[in-house]
Amino acid sequence: MSRANAGQPGHFHEVIDCQLACPAHTPVPEYLRLIAAGRYADSYMINWYSNVFPGILGRVCDRPCEPACRRGRVDEEPVAICRMKRVAADLKGDIRAQLPTASTPGNGKKIACIGAGPASLTVARDLALEGYQVTVFDGGKQAGGMMRSQIPKFRLPDSVIDEECGYVADLGVEIVLDRWIDSLGAFRAEGWDAVFVGTGAPRGRDADLPGRHEAAENIHVGIDWLSNLAFGHIDSVGKRVIVLGGGNTAMDCCRSARRLGAEDVRVIVRSGFDEMKASPWEKEEALHEGIVIQNCMVPMEFVHDKGKLTGVVFEHVEVQFDAKGKRALVPTGRMETVGCDQVLIAIGQENSFTWIERDIGLEFDKWGMPALNEKTLQSSIPNIFFGGDAALGPKNIITAVAQGHEAAISIDLFLQGKDVVADRPGDMVTLASQKMGIHEWAYDNAISEEDRQKVPMRDLEIALKDVRLELELGFDVKKACAEAERCLNCDMATVFTPQTCIECDSCVDICPTECITFTDDGEEDDLRGRLKAPAPNHDQPLYVADGLKTGRVMVKDENLCLHCGLCSERCPTNAWDMQKVDWLVAHAGA
Amino acid sequence: MTYLAKPRLLADVQPKNALGFTRRDYEGAISTLCAGCGHDSTSAAIVQACFELDIEPHRVAKLSGIGCSSKTPDYFLGASHGFNSVHGRMPSVATGAALANRDLTYLGVSGDGDSASIGIGQFAHAMRRGVNMAYIVENNGVYGLTKGQFSATADKGSKSKKGVLNADSPIDLVALALQLGATYVARSFSGDKDQLVPLIKGALRHKGPAFIDVLSPCVTFNNHAGSTKSYDYVREHNEAVNRIEVIMARNAIEASYAPGSLRRVVQHDGSVLMLRKLGLDYDPTDRIGAMNHLHERNALGEIVTGLLYVDESAEDLHRHLNTVETPLNQLDDAELCPGNDLLQALNASLR
Repeated sequence: MSRANAGQPGHFHEVIDCQLACPAHTPVPEYLRLIAAGRYADSYMINWYSNVFPGILGRVCDRPCEPACRRGRVDEEPVAICRMKRVAADLKGDIRAQLPTASTPGNGKKIACIGAGPASLTVARDLALEGYQVTVFDGGKQAGGMMRSQIPKFRLPDSVIDEECGYVADLGVEIVLDRWIDSLGAFRAEGWDAVFVGTGAPRGRDADLPGRHEAAENIHVGIDWLSNLAFGHIDSVGKRVIVLGGGNTAMDCCRSARRLGAEDVRVIVRSGFDEMKASPWEKEEALHEGIVIQNCMVPMEFVHDKGKLTGVVFEHVEVQFDAKGKRALVPTGRMETVGCDQVLIAIGQENSFTWIERDIGLEFDKWGMPALNEKTLQSSIPNIFFGGDAALGPKNIITAVAQGHEAAISIDLFLQGKDVVADRPGDMVTLASQKMGIHEWAYDNAISEEDRQKVPMRDLEIALKDVRLELELGFDVKKACAEAERCLNCDMATVFTPQTCIECDSCVDICPTECITFTDDGEEDDLRGRLKAPAPNHDQPLYVADGLKTGRVMVKDENLCLHCGLCSERCPTNAWDMQKVDWLVAHAGA
Repeated sequence: MTYLAKPRLLADVQPKNALGFTRRDYEGAISTLCAGCGHDSTSAAIVQACFELDIEPHRVAKLSGIGCSSKTPDYFLGASHGFNSVHGRMPSVATGAALANRDLTYLGVSGDGDSASIGIGQFAHAMRRGVNMAYIVENNGVYGLTKGQFSATADKGSKSKKGVLNADSPIDLVALALQLGATYVARSFSGDKDQLVPLIKGALRHKGPAFIDVLSPCVTFNNHAGSTKSYDYVREHNEAVNRIEVIMARNAIEASYAPGSLRRVVQHDGSVLMLRKLGLDYDPTDRIGAMNHLHERNALGEIVTGLLYVDESAEDLHRHLNTVETPLNQLDDAELCPGNDLLQALNASLR
C-alpha cells in the first residue's frame, strides 16, 4: 500500500488521538505527564497556550478528546482528560510570572472584537501577544459570554471565569462592557483595522404550540432562564418542572431547577435516550440528582387554567430507523398529559444577526449565516472575521477557541498584507528520541492497570440546596497522579528504521497487543485482513515500512498500540525507537 | 531482555480459541534472553501452535536440560507442567514421564549443546526407543551462555565472532534422527513462523518420536558474516521442501487446492497434515529418500527445511512395550501387584 505518510510526522500526529480530536489540538499527553511530575504550573501553561481557558474547560468542556482516547479502546474507560485540566488549574499556584506580556511597542493596529465570549477573548489574546491593540465589546456586565451567562454556577464558579478572562485583560486588552452594538455599519465607521464578530448564538428556539401565548408566564426559553439565574434575577421555580429538549442546555436547566427547590423535575425528549444530544456524563449526573428523563414523547399543547399553566400534552412516538440508518419518529396516536407548574424550553439555539445591516456588503447564505471561508473565517468584507457560535453555528467552547486561533492568524496575515490562505503558517512538529539507556526512557512506559478515577463530589444533600455551590471538588494529588499514569503516552511514537532491522521477530513476539506484523506487501484492505491480530478499525492508520532485506513490509496497526516501548526494548538493532512527537499548532505570529 | 513485564490486557480485544483462551493465556514469564534471540521466536511459535490446537495447558509437560534454549520453557505455557533437568538429561526424564503417564502431551525443548554434545546419547536413545514426544532443538551453533564457543552443530569452516574458523565436522541432528528411527522429522527457522508453527502443531499431534531442528540464531554471538547460523545466512540458503497445514480431525477438509500439488497424511489421532509441494517432487514418507535429499542438498550448501519425513503408521514406546491403555500412574496397588496366588501360579508354570 502507499507509504506516502509512513514514518513522517504526518503519520505520527494522527496517532495522538486526544490531541487530534481536540479542536484546538491541546498536547494532552504532555500536560498529563507534567501533572504526574508535579509541574502543575507548566501543565497549565501548555493548556493556556492551546486553549486559553484551562480552568473553565477543565470543568465544562465537551471533551471530544475522551471518546477518542486510545485507553477507551484497550480498557473500559478513557483517561479523564478534561478533569485533569482542572487539576493543573487548581494546583498551579500563582502563574502570573510565567504569563507572556504583550509585545511592546505595539504595531499601532486596532482590532475590535464584538462579544466577550471564548472566541473573542482568544482572538484578543493571540493578537495582543503580537502587538495589536485589541478592544473587546460586550453588552453584558461581565466578560465571559455564554460561559458566564448560560453555564450554571454549580458547574462553573464565577471566580474561575474572572481569573481566566483576567489573564487576557492583563495583556493590555481593553474590555468594554455594557455596550450593545446594534449596527455593524456604524461600528465599522469607527475606524478599526479589523473587526472580529464573536457574538455567539444568543437566541433560544421557542416551541410555538397551542397555549404557549396564554400560559407564557410559566413557560421560559431555557437559555434566557439560565442567564437570568446566572445574574441573580431568579431565585425560585415551580414545584413541578418540565424541561423540553435533550441537549446539554436541558441538563443545565433541569439540574438548576432541582437546586432551586423543584420537587418533580422531568426532562421530556422527542428522541430515544441514547440519541439525546446531551453528553452521557451530563445525563448520568441528572439522573443521579433524581431527575426523571422521559423519551419518545413529542409536546403537542400547553394546558392552562385561565392562563395558569397546568400541564403539557405529549404524543408518544416510536423511533424507527430505515435501511440507511436515518431516524424517523412515528406517531402512535397515544396522548398523555403531564402535569406541571413550569416549562423550560431547551430545544436549540439560533444565531441572531439583526444588528448587521444587509446593505453593507456582508454576504449571508440561505440559512441566514454569514458567508465565510470556513478555514480562514474571513467574511465577504475582507477586514471582518467571524468565530465561535456566530461563525458556523452553535458548537462548544473549545471549538470557539480553535476558531478564535484561526481567525487571529487570518487577521494577522491580512493586516500584514499577506494572503490569508496561501501564507498561513504550518504546524510545528518535532520528533526526539526518548532513549536514555538500554531500558530507560524519558517517559514512564509502564502501563497502569488503574481504573478511571471518580471525581470527588460534594455531598448531594448539600449540593442540591444551593444553585451556586460547585458540585465537583476536583481530583486531589493522589487521584490526579493515578489518572495521569493511565495515559498511554500516544505522543511517544514508535519509529521504525527498516535499514537496521534483521527481521528477528522479537518485536512481533513481545508486543502485548500483537499489533506488529511482517508480511508481503499489499493494498490496505488486503493487508488489514492478514495481520497477526485483526485490524478492523479503519479510523486508525496502518504504519507500513518497506526496505527490509526479505522484501516484506513491516505493518503496524496503530489502533491498539500501548506505546509501552517493548518493541524497542526487545529490538537488538535499535530499528525501533520511541520518539516524542511535539505537535504545536500554528497561532498568530508563528 | 526486558525489565518491564508485558502489560496485561485490560479489555476483551484479542481473538480466542475453542477453549476461550487468548494467545496471551499460553505465554509464560517474561524472557531473560538477549533481545533478538531466535529462541524467543521459537517460544512464540510454540505459544501460537498450542493456541491454534486448542490445547489445554495443564495437559502438557514441558521438559528441558541446560542452556539458553533450555531456559525457554519458563517463557511459554506458564500453566503447564515443567521439568528443568540436568544438562543433556531431558530425554531420560521425558522417557520416564511418558512411561508413567501416557495421556499427557510431552514437549522437550533442548539446544545444540544440550542434545548434540553432552546429551547426544540421551537424544539417540529417546529417538530409537520411540518416546511419544515433540523434541525441539533450538540450534544456534554456539554456546551462548559461555560467550560463543563453537558447538557440535557449527559447520566446518564457519567463522566465530572473533574470526576463528571451525575445524571440526558438524553433527546434523536431522540426519541422526532419521537414522535412529524418529517418525516425524522436520527442520525449520525461528524467523519463519509461517513454516515453523504448523510443523510444531504436527509434531504435537504426532504419536511417536517427533523431532524438529529449529535454526534459531544467537543474535549476540553468532549473527555475523561468516556464520552459517545467522539470520541472513539461513534466509539466503533456506530450501523448503514443502509447506504444511495441520487440519484437525473435527474440521472439514477443504479440497480447494489444485490436484497433485498437495499430499495428505493422516496421523493416528485423526489430524490431517496437508503437505503442499514446493517445486521439486519430494516424497516425505520415504525415509531413505529423505536422507539422500538431505545429504545432496547439504553438499550444495543449502539448508533443507520443511517436513522431511513422516511415518503414517508410526508406533511409540508404549506400543513396543505393550503397556495397558490406562496410564501407569493411575493403576492402583491391586492392579500393579496381583497377589501371591498369581505369583505362585506363574512360578509353577515356569518350573
